[in-house]
Amino acid sequence: MTTEKRIERHTIAVLVDNEPGVLARVIGLFSGRGYNIESLTVAETDTEQHLSRITAVTSGTPMVIEQIKAQLGRLVPVHKVSDLTAEGPHVERELLLVKVVSRGEKRVEALRIADIFRARVVDATIESFVFEVTGAADKLSAFIALMKPLGMVDVSRTGVVAISRGAQAL
Amino acid sequence: MNGSEVVLRALVDQGVEVIFGYPGGAVLPIYDALFKQNSLRHILVRQEGGAVHAAEGYARSTGKVGVVLVTSGPGATNAVTGLTDALMDSIPVVCLTGQVPTHLIGNDAFQEADTTGITRPCTKHNYLVKDPAQLARVIHEAFHVARSGRPGPVVIDLPKDILVGAAPYVTPERAKHRTYNPPVKGDIKKIEQAVEMMANAKRPLLYCGGGVINSGPTASKLLTQFMRLTGFPCTLTLMGLGAVPSSDPQFLGMLGMHGTYEANLAMHDCDLMINIGARFDDRVTGRLAAFSPGSRKIHVDIDPSSINKSVPVELGIVGDVAHVLEDMIKVWKARQPKLDRQALKSWWAQIEQWRARDCLRYRPSKDIIKPQYALQRLQEHIKDRDFYITTEVGQHQMWAAQFLKFEEPHRWMTSGGLGTMGYGLPAAMGVQIAHPKSLVIDVAGEASILMNIQEMSCIAQYRLPVKVFILNNEYMGMVRQWQELLHGGRYSESYMESLPDFVKLAEAFGAVGLRATKPEELDDVIKEMIDTPRAVIADIMVDKTENCFPMIPSGAAHNEILLGPGDELERQVSEDGMVLV
Ligand SMILES: Cc1ncc(C[n+]2csc(CCOP(=O)(O)OP(=O)(O)O)c2C)c(N)n1
Ligand SMILES: [Mg+2]
Repeated sequence: MTTEKRIERHTIAVLVDNEPGVLARVIGLFSGRGYNIESLTVAETDTEQHLSRITAVTSGTPMVIEQIKAQLGRLVPVHKVSDLTAEGPHVERELLLVKVVSRGEKRVEALRIADIFRARVVDATIESFVFEVTGAADKLSAFIALMKPLGMVDVSRTGVVAISRGAQAL
Repeated sequence: MNGSEVVLRALVDQGVEVIFGYPGGAVLPIYDALFKQNSLRHILVRQEGGAVHAAEGYARSTGKVGVVLVTSGPGATNAVTGLTDALMDSIPVVCLTGQVPTHLIGNDAFQEADTTGITRPCTKHNYLVKDPAQLARVIHEAFHVARSGRPGPVVIDLPKDILVGAAPYVTPERAKHRTYNPPVKGDIKKIEQAVEMMANAKRPLLYCGGGVINSGPTASKLLTQFMRLTGFPCTLTLMGLGAVPSSDPQFLGMLGMHGTYEANLAMHDCDLMINIGARFDDRVTGRLAAFSPGSRKIHVDIDPSSINKSVPVELGIVGDVAHVLEDMIKVWKARQPKLDRQALKSWWAQIEQWRARDCLRYRPSKDIIKPQYALQRLQEHIKDRDFYITTEVGQHQMWAAQFLKFEEPHRWMTSGGLGTMGYGLPAAMGVQIAHPKSLVIDVAGEASILMNIQEMSCIAQYRLPVKVFILNNEYMGMVRQWQELLHGGRYSESYMESLPDFVKLAEAFGAVGLRATKPEELDDVIKEMIDTPRAVIADIMVDKTENCFPMIPSGAAHNEILLGPGDELERQVSEDGMVLV
C-alpha cells in the first residue's frame, strides 16, 4: 500500500438496493468520515430488481480512495462498487441547464456561443433562453463562464454520470 | 398472527432466549404478546441505556446476539450510547424500537423521534418496517447482519400499526439476504505469502485483538496453537484479552497507552508485525509517524475497510480469524519453515530484558490500599474460579486489564472503542443472566458506577448475585491523572464531591454493602464478597493520587513510554499531544 500524499480525483459507480435511506447512508458515510464529494448522482436503473446506480466523484490520497471504496462496500444495501477511474477508460457526462436573460447584441452572442457548444434551446421568450448542454464537466464549466457576462441568471447541473468503455459491464 | 406475534416468533426462531427491555406506548402490543407466551424471558432494566449494555454483556460472554426492546422517542434515544458502544467494539446486538404509527411519522407526533435517522451512523444497519409483509424477513435479516462479517448493532424500527395489524410469518430459511454475505475464507495465496514472511522474520510479533474473540472460541484455540507452533511473542489489545492464556510465557501482556513496556517496545522494534483481528486503534499506535518504523506488516481482518485505514500494510488478508488461522497452521505445517533460530533467540533475549524492568511495579503501602494491590488480591481470590469480569471506564479499567489474568476468551467485557462510563454494571447484569452460576464482577470507579447505578434495582429484582468492586479514589482518577500530567495539576471538576455512602446505597437496593479502608481489611472483604450468594457492592477506599503506568502519552511513540512517577519528570508531554484525546 502506498502512503503517497498526492490527491487524485476518482469517479466511483455504486450499485445499491433502491430502498429508503440508502442515499442518506452513502452521504452520511462521506460526511461522517470527512471524505470529499465533488458530485453525486443517483437514479433507479433496474426497475425490476429495484437497483439504483450512484455515481460519485471524489478526491483524496490513494489511501483515502481505497478507504472510500471499502467503506462503501461494507454498507448492507450495496451490491457493487466500481472505481471507474482505476479500472480503465470510461465516459463521463453531465447535463446542464442555463437560463440567460438579455436583449440585443448580448442575446445574439449567447446564441452564437450556444451553437459552438452544441447547446439546444429548450425554452425561449422575447427576453430569455434556456439552454441545454451535455458533455464533460469542464466543458459545462466553460460554457457557464462564457454565459455569465451575457445575462446568465440561473444554472442547474445534474452532476456526473459515467460508464466504462468497451464490452465490460458493472 | 399480528405483527407483535410475528416479532416474537421470529426471535424464537432465531434462537433468542432473553430480551432486555423497557416498555412504553409504542411497544405495548409487543409487551402484550410477551405476556401471553413462555419461550422468551424479558429482563426489565431501569433505563434503556442499561438494556443495550446488558445485551452487550450477554453477547460478549456467550457469542450469541444480544436483544433489546425499547419504546419510541426517549426509549430509542436512550439506547443511542449503547448502540454506539456496540458499533465501536463490534458486538452483535439487535435492538427493536417502537415507533409512532406509519400515518403519523413525520408529524412530530407524541414520542416520535427519527430513530433510523439518529441511529444510522451508530449502527451497522437499520430498518424501518412499513410493510407487514416484510416484517418477518427484516427481523431474520437483522440477525444475519448483526452476526455476520464484522458483527455490530442493528436497529429495527417498528411502527405501532405494524405491531397491531395482521402480518404473515416466514421462517429464517426463507429470508436469505440478497447481497450481504461477507466471505470468511482468506486468500490462500496470501496466507502462503504470510507464512513465507514469517519464516524469514528476525523479530516477529503477533499483535491480536477483539476479532479473535468475535470469531469464536475456536479462533482463540487456533491462535494459541499457532503462537506455540511458531514460538513468536504475542501481545493482545484491550479487546483481545483472553485470546491466548495470560499465563503463557509467550504472552507479553496488553499493549497500547497503558500496556506493558515489553509489549510496546516489541511493537516498536519488531521487523514483522502480524496483526490478527486488531484495528490499529490510536490508543494502540500512538503517534502514527513513529509507529513501528522498521517493520513489515501483515493484517488479517474480516472487514476490508480496516485494512490500510490508518496504517499501511504490506499484506492484507480479508477473512474470518478462525478460518485464516486454520489455513495458516496447515500451510506452516506443510512448509516446515526453517526459522532463523539465532535471530529469534536474541529477539527473545531482548524481550526478556524489557520484561525484567517489571513495568507494573508500584510502591506498596502498609497504610493505604493501593488500587493495584486490591486487584492483585482480587486476582488471587478468583483465579481458580469460574469468573467473568466487566469494568467501567477509567484508571480502574486499565489496572484491571493489567492485573487480572484471563486464561480464556469471553471472560472479559470492557468498553474499549467508545470508553463508556456506566457500561460495567449493566454489562455484568447481562453476563450474570447468561451465566447464573458463575462469579460476575464489575470492577468499577466511584464516578462511573453512578452513571447506571439504577440497574442495582434490576439486579435486585432478578436476584442476580453480581459483585461490584469499586476502587474508590474519590476522583475521576483518569481525568485527574491527565490534569496532573498535562494541565499543571489544575484539578478542574474532577474531584467527586458528595459521594453517596456505597454501603448504605447497596442496602437501599437490597444488596450487601462492604467496605475496606486499610490493606489488612482487604482479603476479608474480598472473601466475603465472593462468598455472599447475593449482590454485593464492595467499596474499596484506595490511594487517591495513584497514577496508572506505564503510559504512552497521546502523540508519543511506543519507545517514549513513561514507566512511573520518576520518569514523568524527565520527559515533558508534548504540546501536540495536548490536543489529542
Ligand atoms: C460517559 C462518559 N463521560 C465521560 C468520560 C470521560 N472519562 C473517562 S475516565 C473518567 C473518570 C472515571 O472516574 P472513575 O469511574 O472514578 O474511575 P477512576 O479513573 O477513578 O478509576 C471520565 C470522566 C467517559 N469516558 N465516559
Ligand atoms: Mg475514581
